[in-house]
Amino acid sequence: MGVVRENLDRVARRYRALPGPARVALVVLLVVLVYLLPLLRPPIITTNQIDFGGVMFAIAAFALVAVGLNVVIGYAGLLDLGYVGFYAVGAYTTGVLTSYHAHWAFFLALPVAIAVTMVTGVLLGWPTLRVRGDYLAIVTLGFGEIIRIAVTNVEWVGAARGIKDIPHPPNIGPDPEPPFGDGGLFTIPSLQWDGIVPSLDSGRETTFLVFGAVSAVPYYWLVLSFLILILFADRLIKDSRVGRAWEATREDEDAAEHMGVPTFKFKLLAFALGAAVGGLSGSLYASSQSGYINPQSFPLLLSILFVAAVIVGGAGNRWGAIIGGTLVAYLPERFREFADFRLLVFGLALMILPVYRSQGLLPPRRTIRARAAAEEIEHLEGRDEAPTEVV
Amino acid sequence: MNFSFLVNHIVELSITGLALGAIYALIALGYTMVYGVLQLINFAHSEVFMYGTFAVAWVFVFVHGTTSVNQTLGGTAGLLLLSLLAAMAMSAAIAMLLERVAYRPLLKRKAPRLMALISAIGASFALSELMGLRDRVVGWVGLRDDLDNYVSKARDVYTNPVTIQPQTVFTVGGYGVKDVDIMVIVASLLMMVALDQFVRRTRFGRGIRAVAQDPESAALMGVNATRVIRGTFILGGIMAGAAATLYMVKIGSTRQNAGFIFGVKAFTAAVLGGIGNLRGALLGGLVLGVAENYGAAIFGTQWKDVVAFVLLILILLVRPSGILGESLGKARA
Repeated sequence: MGVVRENLDRVARRYRALPGPARVALVVLLVVLVYLLPLLRPPIITTNQIDFGGVMFAIAAFALVAVGLNVVIGYAGLLDLGYVGFYAVGAYTTGVLTSYHAHWAFFLALPVAIAVTMVTGVLLGWPTLRVRGDYLAIVTLGFGEIIRIAVTNVEWVGAARGIKDIPHPPNIGPDPEPPFGDGGLFTIPSLQWDGIVPSLDSGRETTFLVFGAVSAVPYYWLVLSFLILILFADRLIKDSRVGRAWEATREDEDAAEHMGVPTFKFKLLAFALGAAVGGLSGSLYASSQSGYINPQSFPLLLSILFVAAVIVGGAGNRWGAIIGGTLVAYLPERFREFADFRLLVFGLALMILPVYRSQGLLPPRRTIRARAAAEEIEHLEGRDEAPTEVV
Repeated sequence: MNFSFLVNHIVELSITGLALGAIYALIALGYTMVYGVLQLINFAHSEVFMYGTFAVAWVFVFVHGTTSVNQTLGGTAGLLLLSLLAAMAMSAAIAMLLERVAYRPLLKRKAPRLMALISAIGASFALSELMGLRDRVVGWVGLRDDLDNYVSKARDVYTNPVTIQPQTVFTVGGYGVKDVDIMVIVASLLMMVALDQFVRRTRFGRGIRAVAQDPESAALMGVNATRVIRGTFILGGIMAGAAATLYMVKIGSTRQNAGFIFGVKAFTAAVLGGIGNLRGALLGGLVLGVAENYGAAIFGTQWKDVVAFVLLILILLVRPSGILGESLGKARA
């Protein structure tokens, strides 16, 4: 594992040594590559049994959720086990506004969904963020269940039947004309691979830019664009006074309070912002390829997987969250051959990981430094192990 | 809103609520003790309970085969005792395994507490899936046909062959109180008193309290923390095994994900009563069971779980440390 870390550091150093324009070019190239991934369909990582575009959509959506939850868990240190509740609120607000009770356009409903989720976050956080951290976990767990049971039983949001025919985001270019008109501006073929030799696969084309039922790739692009947007916002806020206040609160709430940080206000802010991102991803999920949501789309298990994604990746590091989200969404799909065993293997992986990477796969730089410093102090004091094993 | 139903059936709702709450309380003890000693939510405790329910079912199948039998509680008393022992052994073994595999390596490396939670979640997944795949597992060792009665339809509801017919013992307020409910309540109370006395009076119980108060000082006083932690897991497992037996008597069927909702409820009960507090777990379990039943009567059964969680949020707002406060360490000797 140390080897991985070293190599990552070396790559990072190389990257920083590059001149400015080269760095920009490299990042742009990487982003373009990520956008094109479901069309390139590189061998080995492509899932053959189910639609790769759909898997990429799920990965991007999971990564988006993980980045949002990372604000709550990683930055502010609040364990939220009911994040799926916010996801559901966002999805259902979109469903109700665009299909079930009104017929708003998607991009009109999206901000409303985000706002509603944010308000939900504040309403939940206001009473509960005052209680101790561990209780927050169980209270949020309860919140997730309450939302799921509520949408299962309340007729006004479709009860167990769910909401169908949620409209897709608007197309760019002419709408497709049934039965065979493609619409859109142009079509992009995918690649297919014979071993390592690529060729064009004209049977698998994606129309730019039609959000239809055929290809999941446009939805992937939409989520990915939002993810990049959120990453920029995340970076701005993490490096601001707010981000430092979160960090201080997480490390020692009393000390932070003494230093004049209104910890409750900042915790509430983290909760609300995290909820907003959850609502955003829920809204995107509702209007995705199938355009259908029902209560079974939001099981408590999903919350647990979200938390696992953040912590596996390394809580507090936005790239860690993305890696964690990617792994949690991707691995079970890639290994569908072992369909029956994938949850078992996933569980075992979650058990083994903390033993070898107790800070997650990609912990924040500052945590690594703090840990190294603590180890050095302990070494200087001549204590090699805490005295837990006597007698 | 159906208050007349609540008023008319208040005795029945209270007694069945108490019985359900007693099972919650027994499971809650496992959460609360581990939390008291390690400040750790043992997320996989629900699977410890679930394995216990299967141990009970297997004992019944072993004795009766798969033909379904109707029995009274008294008629199966010996069998119940046997399955109680089997369930306790099974749950304790699983709890011990958990401690060994999912927690001790982390404690040794001083991993952050959140990581221990992730490990517990992983263990919970793995254990539950392993039970769901038990037909494959025995297939690998070539015993699929011999053990068919025990592993068939691994992912479906697994029903106890012996159906226990509740008998009315006496009548209160127009409701015939059933022997099953009485047994569940009395048996869990006995288990809990035994555990409470064990923690208060024995040398090992003193060790548990010492580690819960201050692990470092306890170590300096010669308490073997590793052994205390393992013992805490085993005690919690034994209680979960008892809960599993009572659950199978009352409900009669289980499946590989049966532990989850009971686990969440039991943890809620532990927090409700004050986590780390043994008597709090009892009180929290009983309050939760009864409140849930009343709530289900008023709002309809589908809102049962919502009532439980709303109650939890309300209690935490008024009294953040639970009804009795948190104190595994402070129990007087």
